[in-house]
Amino acid sequence: MPPDTSDVVFHAEGITKVYDMGEVQVHALRGVSLDLYRGEFVVMLGASGSGKSTLLNILGGLDTATDGNVTYCGKNLTRASNRELTDYRRHHVGFVFQFYNLIPSLTAEENVAVVTEIADDPMLPAEALELVGLGDRLHHFPAQLSGGQQQRVAIARAIAKRPAVLLCDEPTGALDSTTGVVVLEALRRVNRELNTTVAIITHNAGIAEMADRVIYLIDGQISDIKNNESIKTPSEIVW
Amino acid sequence: MRYQALQTKLWRELWHMRGQVLAIMLVIVGGVSVCVMSLSTYDSLLNTRDTYYREHNFGQVFAKLKRAPGSLMRSITEIPGVALAESRVIAQVNLEVPGFADPVSGLLTSIPDGRQPRINRLYLVSGRLPDHRRDNEILISDAFSEAQRLKAGDSLVAIINGRRRSMAIVGVALSPEYIYQIAPGAIFPDYKRFGVLWMANRPLSAAYDMDGAFNDVVIQLQPGASANGVIDRLDLLLQRYGGRGAYDRDEQFSNMFLKEEFTQLKTMAYLFPTIFLAVAVFLLNVVITRLVSTQRDIIAILKAFGYSNGQVGLHYAQLVMVITVLGILGGFALGIYLGQITTTTYTEYYRFPVLLYTARPLMFLGVGLVTILTALFGTWRAVHIAVKLPPAEAMRPEPPQYYRRSWLETLGLQRWFSPPGKMIVRHMQKKPLKTGLSIIGLSMAGAIMMVGNFQTDAVKMMMHVQFNLAQQQDLEVTLYEPVATSALSSLRAIPGVEYVEGLRKVPIKLHYQHRSFRTSLQGIPADSQLQNVLTTELENIAMPENGLMVVEHLGHKLGFSTGDVVMVESLEGQQRTVPVTVTALSQQYLGVGSYMRRENVNRLMGEGDAVNTVLMSIDPELADLVYQRLKEMPLVASINIRQTVIESFHNTLKQVLLTFTFINAVLGAVIAFGVVYNTVRIALAEHGRELVSMRVLGYTHAEVAYILLGELALMTLISLPLGFLLGTWLCEFMSYNMKSDLFRVPLVLTSYTYAFSALVVIVSALVSGMLVWRRLRTLDLVEVLKTRE
Repeated sequence: MPPDTSDVVFHAEGITKVYDMGEVQVHALRGVSLDLYRGEFVVMLGASGSGKSTLLNILGGLDTATDGNVTYCGKNLTRASNRELTDYRRHHVGFVFQFYNLIPSLTAEENVAVVTEIADDPMLPAEALELVGLGDRLHHFPAQLSGGQQQRVAIARAIAKRPAVLLCDEPTGALDSTTGVVVLEALRRVNRELNTTVAIITHNAGIAEMADRVIYLIDGQISDIKNNESIKTPSEIVW
Repeated sequence: MRYQALQTKLWRELWHMRGQVLAIMLVIVGGVSVCVMSLSTYDSLLNTRDTYYREHNFGQVFAKLKRAPGSLMRSITEIPGVALAESRVIAQVNLEVPGFADPVSGLLTSIPDGRQPRINRLYLVSGRLPDHRRDNEILISDAFSEAQRLKAGDSLVAIINGRRRSMAIVGVALSPEYIYQIAPGAIFPDYKRFGVLWMANRPLSAAYDMDGAFNDVVIQLQPGASANGVIDRLDLLLQRYGGRGAYDRDEQFSNMFLKEEFTQLKTMAYLFPTIFLAVAVFLLNVVITRLVSTQRDIIAILKAFGYSNGQVGLHYAQLVMVITVLGILGGFALGIYLGQITTTTYTEYYRFPVLLYTARPLMFLGVGLVTILTALFGTWRAVHIAVKLPPAEAMRPEPPQYYRRSWLETLGLQRWFSPPGKMIVRHMQKKPLKTGLSIIGLSMAGAIMMVGNFQTDAVKMMMHVQFNLAQQQDLEVTLYEPVATSALSSLRAIPGVEYVEGLRKVPIKLHYQHRSFRTSLQGIPADSQLQNVLTTELENIAMPENGLMVVEHLGHKLGFSTGDVVMVESLEGQQRTVPVTVTALSQQYLGVGSYMRRENVNRLMGEGDAVNTVLMSIDPELADLVYQRLKEMPLVASINIRQTVIESFHNTLKQVLLTFTFINAVLGAVIAFGVVYNTVRIALAEHGRELVSMRVLGYTHAEVAYILLGELALMTLISLPLGFLLGTWLCEFMSYNMKSDLFRVPLVLTSYTYAFSALVVIVSALVSGMLVWRRLRTLDLVEVLKTRE
């Protein structure tokens, strides 16, 4: 899908991230520039230590860049205050993590409500869960759900506020392949039906086959960006 | 060393948890130090007192009489069971201290000519014994000497039989029978206005026309002899000499007061440490349980490497031990320090000649052992879990936490709860025992807080009842002898005296069934303006025309009530015993008295319209003049000024009570802080991941803190009324335990007491909350998401 420049959601320019670890300085990102577009499905592929998580955290407003510029829909995130970043996370981005990070004391529906209660124009929690195929698990507590189901609750939680972007950090990392496929299908559906930009970071090359674009990261730099000619469905992916 | 690595782990972890370790240690230090302080003070005082009694031959049977010939002593010595008997002359005397206008009274006690008494030997602080060949040499009591800055070489004026006589002070002394020195009719010691004086027998007898006679006997018993048997025989012997009823040590005023005080001290020695230990054990349990659950994988690895169950168990038990032992050692040090301070204070207060600070090794052993055992017992379950865990199972993460809807929600209240609200309620309900114990811990802190203020309020109430409701006079003048009421006119004539009324006080023994009690009977005029009699509801009532009114406490003690007939045995004059109906019970917090219309007392005594105590209202402007004139009157034995009694109360007790309240406030705060801080730190450890997830989802720091601190706030809120309840029980318990013949402590709980207790708990919670608030800010959002729970 040839991107239209007016639809840029993220614009990153020359971002670097240096962690000060006492004696040594670790350069996690060394001048990364990229654009992410509305409605696209992007996979960022890289080995452990390639800087992909750092990039996702900076895009998601969990961390700030040491140098360079990141804008989200024209808003500069690099110089945002703590409060502005919180506000940004609250209203604009959805997160999905490897270990789900659900709240064990709340049911599926309530876990989603955690987000819908503070969002501006959210879906109903039940609606979001329906979208990920968990309409019949509203009142289950996390401990009563399988890993895949828990991850789908996490996706429902992330999309319920109708975010422009969904950032997923190894969403299938803790799951077996069958369950992983169900989760990826949920992400794909969100991308297609709600036109949400989905960015997945993973070291799993198989997942890249379902992306519109694949961004390759090596050693804190983008080594390559490819547009997928033939996009596979999650069930066609093998890993 | 064999387990060097494990040892290193132990110390690192202790250092890592230092905040929590310190909070627990402080609670243990609090408990152990209060225990060591109270027990060692108790032991020291008991030891000091017993040594003092033994070395100075404190008497075992005492008797006062009007006047008996010296030859009677032979018969007294022959009473079976008597080892040693000594006669004395004791007289009340008015004194004039140069440069001090207020009336001062003294108790002049004779000592054998040229030597120490064999019973109640004196301890000479300075100077020498008075010379019996001189008429004016005296020893004065140490407390009086200090309060009035009088020393050997100084002089004062005694008014003996109406004549002013200059007395030369030749020394300062202490006596085991006047450890607690109090003027007749007074309630609190006032060393400036009352002193005990000793004079050689010859000059003292001569001054009071008691040559070859005596009016007081002290007796030492043969080992194993019964005091009661001797008392009965002695009473018979003294009857015709105006004997006022012999009594044993238990009823000797100074000794009685000491005993009461010691009993209270002992109650305190056990009550507070128990509370502290309970809280400390609970905290240890919570912290160690949490530690074990976070270290499942470490336990698994240790076991996989071949460490035995015993070694793993020992490792965690050592953690408990280190915290406990550090707490115990700190508690010992602080306890010894506080114990020495309190023992010194008490020693000065009671005027013991020597300070024997006794801290028995056995006590330390006992306190230490009990603390260690309780700590191990409290953490046994947590350590046991660590020991029991099979390595394979321990390697897996802890099974997920099962939650369910809270019962509040099942009541249909769920729409009132936001997700954070639901989290708070469900967290609390998930671990009901821990939540419950935290709440109880906080309640105990609140309860301890109430005790200090309760005591202050109770004493204020006692004073209020005594000096605002019951006694209205400015002065109470005790006369040497009963006089006809007509003699009061000479008192009324003194310029500055506005109103005078006479009472007739008689020492009596009340008998009911097989029980009896020595007390004083006050004959009050029917139209009394200055002495009110209060009902048990503290209402002022007219003195019943007939019958006897008795302080409620005595009724309980002897088992009689309104309408019962008691036997009143007068211990003065003809010593008749007559039946009298109890017509009312009265409330009074100080002393144990009984009241009758004055004319009825006069009839009982077989005398005319006589009085021996005079109550007065005076013009404050002319007070000094009134005192001067009173002192010069031969019939005046002593003068008590209401205002100075109230002041001496303030000086004596207020400082003690304020200190006590302060210590309680500190202890309460330590407990509250220990409980709150540990509870919230553990909640942070348990729920940190969820909270960070919420931060990532766009919740602000404050919104996330609300979940953690909301739980704390809710527990604090629940603990407050519970604390009030526990505190009320604790105060009731203390009020009940401090009940004595000398005083009863009323249960007075003001709104201030409740508010203060709540305030300390809330402030402690706020401080802990603030610490955790700051900690929450430093949590790394990214780090938490990377790791599996």
